[in-house]
Order: sequence, then structure tokens, then C-alpha cells
Amino acid sequence: MTCKNCSLKPVYKTLNDRSLCRKCFIKYFEKKVLRTIRLYGLIEKDDVVVCGFSGGKDSATNLYMLNNLLKRYGKQPIALAIDEGIKGYRNKTLDDAKKFCKKYKIPLKIVSFKKEFKKTLDQFLRKWTGRPCTPCGVFRRYLLNKGARELGATKLATGHNLDDEAQSILMNQVKGNVQLSAKLGPMTGVLVHKKFIRRIKPLYFMSEKEVTIYSKLQNFPVQYVECPNFNDNFRDEIGNILNSLESKYPGTKHGVVNAFLQVLPSLKERYQHDEIGTCASCGEPANKDRCKACELLER
Amino acid sequence: MKLKVFIERENKRVSLDIKKGATISDVLRKLKLNPVTVVTTMNNEVVTEGFTIQSEGILSIHSVVSGG
Repeated sequence: MTCKNCSLKPVYKTLNDRSLCRKCFIKYFEKKVLRTIRLYGLIEKDDVVVCGFSGGKDSATNLYMLNNLLKRYGKQPIALAIDEGIKGYRNKTLDDAKKFCKKYKIPLKIVSFKKEFKKTLDQFLRKWTGRPCTPCGVFRRYLLNKGARELGATKLATGHNLDDEAQSILMNQVKGNVQLSAKLGPMTGVLVHKKFIRRIKPLYFMSEKEVTIYSKLQNFPVQYVECPNFNDNFRDEIGNILNSLESKYPGTKHGVVNAFLQVLPSLKERYQHDEIGTCASCGEPANKDRCKACELLER
Repeated sequence: MKLKVFIERENKRVSLDIKKGATISDVLRKLKLNPVTVVTTMNNEVVTEGFTIQSEGILSIHSVVSGG
């Protein structure tokens, strides 16, 4: 078995059984990401792009791709990392993030829970009995939006991939939360708020496996580690179901996402008239009188 | 033939007896690992599930699933 284009040893086999060597896989991957950006108009000429950057393989791949793309226009993305204050984990991935940005000469801004919320995630979790991912996700999204806006961003790019999206779609289906699904897609945000930065997902059609291979082939200085707090049993369970189906019926994840994209315009249309408010405490975008971050901090 | 396998996620090293001409797919099946969830490297080079193991070496299995 050799690469279909150049007879070299393959590193990947596509869904339609094409074997690709290192060089051809990189070309295939980059072409697919650029196609997503173009097809969904994720980045426009005047956009200022900030990339959420955790120092992991997905956000590193996303940042690297956008850095190469924006260079063509004499521009550059800004990397934005969030330091939640997870001892023994985030300090290591932030070191990777610094090394990565130094290697590719990309500006990096780090904002921390400690500075913004006066406590680290570890400190917050001492009095929290629920899943750690819930407050962490709320605070992280809050800081990513605020941090990106303060950096002058018009788009916030994240490293979400095909697996993440397929999982979110199925999770919302199982829970019957259609309104939440309206916020998904390659470019999120059905509602407009002057302080809300639209999020884009350039890796939308790339599977987690493809991103891992790309990251390894590019020798990105990242660690392939999992957050010690990660405990999302529901997402895990849905992920396992999808992986099992993908193994038996290749193309399952693409099927889920592509079918969803056909109904997404109707969902966005249906929920675009709902209003997004402003938090009475901090002035950030909020679904209710107060944003979730402020609610959590006052518990 | 003996094959040294490193399973990164569990930080575990195992030695497997495999038949000459076995593929990565055969090894993953033996270890009950879903190929969709892993990337394999043979002597530090990325290889596909169809790769035939012809000589001794170290097979590393990297999980693609991440959280956080």
C-alpha cells in the first residue's frame, strides 16, 4: 500500500480509501481547512483574528494554519491563552504555548482567572460540588470573549474539530436542547451584541485523528495530555458511541455534522430574534440579567 | 516475532507476540483498541492501520481523544 499520488509510505487513509504520504496528507489537510474558511466566509479582509490557545494540539494546529493564511495578507493572528490556575497541568501547557509562539513568532497574551476573578479554578473548586468543567467552561468563555475584544478582535478562532461538533450536536439532540444547537456551526453566534466577538472554527471538518496526525507530522512542541479535571461523562459517552459507529460505518461523524448543517439555517432564523442582554454586574453579554460568570462567583 | 508496544495514554509498555506479516490493525484488534481513537507510530514515524510489521521495533499508540 503506497500513497496514491507519489508511491511513498502512507500516513493516512481518507474516507474514500485514498492513501496519503506525509507531504500529500499535509496538502490535503491544509486545503480542506482553507476550503472551510472560504466556503463559510470565516475570515474577511479587514478582520482582526484572535486565536484561543491552550497549548494543545487542536488550538496549536488552528493557530499555525491561521498564521500561515494571514501572512499572505501581511497580517498575523494574536494567540490568547487562559490560565485557569490548574496546578500541575496548565503551567505545563502554558510553557508549551510560550514555546510555540516563540518558535513561530506569534504574539501571545495570557489572561488568568486569578487576576480577573480573584481566585484560581483550583480555589473555586474547593467549594464546588458539581462537575469542574461547568464553572471552568463558563469562566473560560467569558475571558476568551473579553480578552479577544480587548485585543481588538473581530473574530475569535477556536480549535474545535469535527469530533467536538458531532458530539455537541448529539448531546443537544439527546437533551432536546435545540436552541443551544442554533449556536453551533463553523461560525457561531445567532445573536448580536456589541461586546460579543463571533467565534469561528476553521478545523470544523477535520477529525480529531486528522488533527493529531497533522500536529505530529509538523512536530509541534505540544503535549498530548488531558486536563486532570476533565470529567464530562455525558460527552465521553456520546464520544464513545460516535467512535464506535465511525469504526463500523466510516463517515458517521461527517454524516451527523453535514445533516445538521442542512437544518442549521432554519435554527438560526428561528432564534435570531431572541435578545441578548447585558450583565447588570459586569457589563458583559448575558442571556439573563446577569451573566453566568457573575452568578457563579456570587454563589 | 516480538513487538514492543508503548500505549501513551496509559503510560504502559507491553511486549506482544505477533505473526510475521501482521498489520497495525491486527495489533490494535489484539489490544482491543478502536483505530478511530488512536494514531500509531512505528519507530517514531506515523503509520496507517494497513502497515505490515516486518521487523522488530517499537510501536507507539497515541490517543487522539482529548479533554480540557
